[in-house]
Amino acid sequence: MIDFIQMGGDGAYVWSAYGITLAVLIVNIVLVRARHRTALRRAREIAAQTEVPRRQPKVHRVQ
Amino acid sequence: MKLPRWFHQLGSPPYVYRLADKLGPWLGGLGCATLAIGVVWGLAIAPPDYQQDEVYRIIFIHPQTAYVGMMAYGVMAVAAAIGYIWRLKIAHAVAVSAAPIGAWFTFCALVTGAIWGRPTWGTYWQWGDPRIMSETLLLFLFLGYLALRGAFDDRDKADKITAILAVVGVVNLPIIHYSVEWWNSLHQGPTILRGDGPAMTTDMLLPFLITVLGFTLTFYWLLLRRLQAEIVEREGDARWLREFLPGSVA
Amino acid sequence: MTDAFYAVFARDLRVAFRRWSELAYPLVFFAIVVALFPLALSPTAAQLRDIGTGVLWVALLLSSLLALDGLFRGDADDGTLEQLLMSPVAITVTVFAKLAAHALVTLLPLICLVPLMALSFNIPVAALPTLAVALLLAAPTLSVLVALGAALTVSLRRGGAIVGLLVLPLTGPLLIFGTRATDLGVNGEPTAAPLFFLAALAALALALGPLAIAAAVKVGLE
Repeated sequence: MIDFIQMGGDGAYVWSAYGITLAVLIVNIVLVRARHRTALRRAREIAAQTEVPRRQPKVHRVQ
Repeated sequence: MKLPRWFHQLGSPPYVYRLADKLGPWLGGLGCATLAIGVVWGLAIAPPDYQQDEVYRIIFIHPQTAYVGMMAYGVMAVAAAIGYIWRLKIAHAVAVSAAPIGAWFTFCALVTGAIWGRPTWGTYWQWGDPRIMSETLLLFLFLGYLALRGAFDDRDKADKITAILAVVGVVNLPIIHYSVEWWNSLHQGPTILRGDGPAMTTDMLLPFLITVLGFTLTFYWLLLRRLQAEIVEREGDARWLREFLPGSVA
Repeated sequence: MTDAFYAVFARDLRVAFRRWSELAYPLVFFAIVVALFPLALSPTAAQLRDIGTGVLWVALLLSSLLALDGLFRGDADDGTLEQLLMSPVAITVTVFAKLAAHALVTLLPLICLVPLMALSFNIPVAALPTLAVALLLAAPTLSVLVALGAALTVSLRRGGAIVGLLVLPLTGPLLIFGTRATDLGVNGEPTAAPLFFLAALAALALALGPLAIAAAVKVGLE
């Protein structure tokens, strides 16, 4: 196991390379997910604003 | 010219969004699984290399990220061109989504390449190496595209202008790559960084190919996720979006 | 069509010469950049010759970015560019005319200055003809790339900041072949190969460049 981590003395290189790549992938996933959620939330706000006026019932005045 | 039905379908944001929503998780699962298998295989199971001992294992991530970065630019340029010629907003959305992912992958390629260079060739960075020059210029092309896009307030204008830049860039890429190779072949010194790394036996070839597939699938998954976010931002108040909004308002 | 070309060409020249002091800026900038290198490096005579080619070409690229605004922005601001776009003349003709005027007024003086500066870097006089030919062959490509940068940013208020980021990576091949040709000339070796590549780049740039430039200008003015 220790051998695996040390990678014949070059462990720092191998693990930092894999680590940075993994970190970049995770950053990409997390940031995009957050952005997607924010966009959906903003879309809901816009939708809520445009729905309300239409919900008001029409009042018919009887002459 | 009679275009096939799926071409028209792909031009419709709701269709693409729904497709991405259904396809996304599968693609993500498949991509991550493939990548995980490939990485574990490459790190733990594949035997050490005759020349480079253990550190050669970076070969399972470095060329892959470089390749995906270049593919991302191709996807970006083709999508931008389609968007420009056929005036398809969705195509522009694809281009915008591909750019940052491509930039990140190219960044990874440069960093993993530098890390790999130190123990194997004694230096992190060698300005003379053709691969480094090409990758660096590719990163600059991505950054230029993103900078130009960010400078415009009008999204429509940004789409078209950056489309032109993307196409010019993609025409330039082979020229840049070839001229750097040609220039480097004439210098005696820096050719020590040449060579595709260790010669590959089947023990190494299999995880290599698996990680290529893994990174490619992961790229397309990330692209789909970004594309979805992009579509929502562009189509904010569209009715078809209602069913996807948190706490359905429809 | 040639009438329209000459009309735009002559007009651009006239406009440029009206503010002729501004034509000197790229030249002065070039001289300053070139002077900074020996200041920073303290090179020996031999080292000067080694770095000279690179320094001169890089300084040329940077200086050619300076006079961008004259290409499109001035005309875009006062509405002349829209007039030109609406005229029955093909946009590409207008673009060619502007490219020619810009090359004549901005690049040509720079290109004349480079060999002079080359002497100060101990580049032998015998190498100067090769340098001159390389510069002349590089000029059309450089002109197109610079104009492309100007066209892409024509509608941006502060586009000047990112033009360098857009244009300079695209000048890579130009730099490679140009410096290679110059170095071969300095060493007295045959220079045909890189010069041919420069010519090929120029042909490609002139064939495809104006299309992209015209498209960018049209979109920019929408």
